[in-house]
Amino acid sequence: MRPPSPAARAVSPAASAPTLAPARPAWRRRTPWRTYLLTLLALAGGLLMVTPFAWALATSLKAGGALTELPPRLVPAEPTLNAYREVVSRFPFARVFLNSALVAVTTTVGQLAICSMAGYAFARFRFPGRDALFAVYIATLMVPFAVVVTPLFIIVTRLGWGDTYAGLIVPGLFSAFGTFFMRQFFLSIPRELEEAATIDGAGTVATFFRIVVPMTGPALATLGVLSFMGSWNSFLWPLLIIDDRNLMTLPVALSTLQGMYPGQTQWNVVMAGTVMATVPTVLVFLLAQRWVIEGVAASGVKG
Amino acid sequence: MYERGWRRWAVLALFLGPSLAGLLVFTLGPMVASLGISFTDWDLLRPPRFVGLRNYRQMLDDAEFWRTLRNTVTFLVGYIPLVTVSGLLLAVLLNSAIPFRQLFRAMYFLPVVTSWVAVALVWKWLLNPTFGPINDALRSVGIAGPAWLFDPNWAMPAIVLTSVWKDAGFVMVILLAGLQGIPREYYEAAAIDGATRFQGLRHITIPLLAPALTFCLSISLISSFQVFDQVYVMTNGGPAGATQVLVERIVAHAFSYSRMGYASAMSWVLFALIFTVTFLFYRLRRGHE
Repeated sequence: MRPPSPAARAVSPAASAPTLAPARPAWRRRTPWRTYLLTLLALAGGLLMVTPFAWALATSLKAGGALTELPPRLVPAEPTLNAYREVVSRFPFARVFLNSALVAVTTTVGQLAICSMAGYAFARFRFPGRDALFAVYIATLMVPFAVVVTPLFIIVTRLGWGDTYAGLIVPGLFSAFGTFFMRQFFLSIPRELEEAATIDGAGTVATFFRIVVPMTGPALATLGVLSFMGSWNSFLWPLLIIDDRNLMTLPVALSTLQGMYPGQTQWNVVMAGTVMATVPTVLVFLLAQRWVIEGVAASGVKG
Repeated sequence: MYERGWRRWAVLALFLGPSLAGLLVFTLGPMVASLGISFTDWDLLRPPRFVGLRNYRQMLDDAEFWRTLRNTVTFLVGYIPLVTVSGLLLAVLLNSAIPFRQLFRAMYFLPVVTSWVAVALVWKWLLNPTFGPINDALRSVGIAGPAWLFDPNWAMPAIVLTSVWKDAGFVMVILLAGLQGIPREYYEAAAIDGATRFQGLRHITIPLLAPALTFCLSISLISSFQVFDQVYVMTNGGPAGATQVLVERIVAHAFSYSRMGYASAMSWVLFALIFTVTFLFYRLRRGHE
């Protein structure tokens, strides 16, 4: 509970008169029809967002012949799982799914470690050129990926990492945004505990891991969510660096389900693949909703 | 950092070393390389040949480049106002006193967490001219829907709509955080002074929401110059080049036609465009304050 500011208390009679309902200005007083109308609008927006997912699910349960019925119906007349069987026969789905998970988890863990240590160095260490170097980090935030993608591809293939997990993971481990984000967090926490640890004779490394990291939970969760989502959904880089079907990530494998020519695409199969790839994402989102949404909001407040 | 002498440098290297190495090898190095490559003719098979500014000059004479630039601007001009307004509407809805706000927020945010490839595939099917539900709905009210992704005039609008659908929830979350950061006392004080609802919006909401709006606009500006995933999956630049955009062309020149020099030159033009537009945008914003 945040007490109202003295200024507000001075002008607002609601602050002095004890009332149960929160004070509302005249134009915001709850009128039933207005609430109904707004709820209806919100519901319409929600349906607009959810219907395409429902349509994808419905299509995935149809037999090939049911795709060309006119008018199209939402609920399939004879639901079948054939399209799902077809997806599994087109590419090693379990393998692809594990690839995506492996790449996203490794990238996230690595990014958290590297960014928090670098962010800590920028927040707490004094060394020559620190501020200039940090400015370079900030400047690279503006560089479009398209500028670096060609040389990056050449470097990574010359390192022998074409068609390897290393090629998928290593370039994603470093994030200027993550470093910036962690630095801001470290600047916002008080130094006293770290200083006390030093007086007790702990070195910087011990202080960081024993004292600082345990306080970093919320920031790590936020950055972790953002980097996991970024890696899980990343498309262009895995598309370029991977040819081997056994090393594909989900988005790349999904994109191969389309036919080469219009009219050749089996939409029930494509939608089955889409559903299989989307359901885990949606489940994780619903479970971690608070962190995901707060993470995105925080990126806006800080950025 | 409390160590002295060489230990001090060892600690610094431990904390900053990995990050700095990554920055050098995977960002700064490639940047310098790409600038260098942009002055060469290079197909990856023979050694690169220095050609000075030829790639950049060639771009000026290339009808495909101008069309690509026009398409990118068309996307941007359609996408930015639509995504900002729909995100703002959703944020205002969720900031009002309605039930099930958590549920609605989750619904609006669902497309944001879904991968672009999945979204693009679903919308490609929704927009199917014959069997898709969108044209079916239009038919039922007597409108012959366009061929969408197969029609050069409608392909880009279709991609814009899909992108707005996917990103509105992102803008909503940022603006909702902004709206919730405005103390309610301001509105109460204004109401007591007899301010109308519109005056409240004009003099309290908009000025105090400005930082969040600025952030959303600059993010959507930067990202719409770099639109790629949805274009690649939905149209691959077609029909008849109607949806060819900058990043899509850069990737095509580099990885399909092996024209590394031309692709790199185009990527630096993209960088310069993003830089200039963002700079002008912030100058304009500051002029308003």
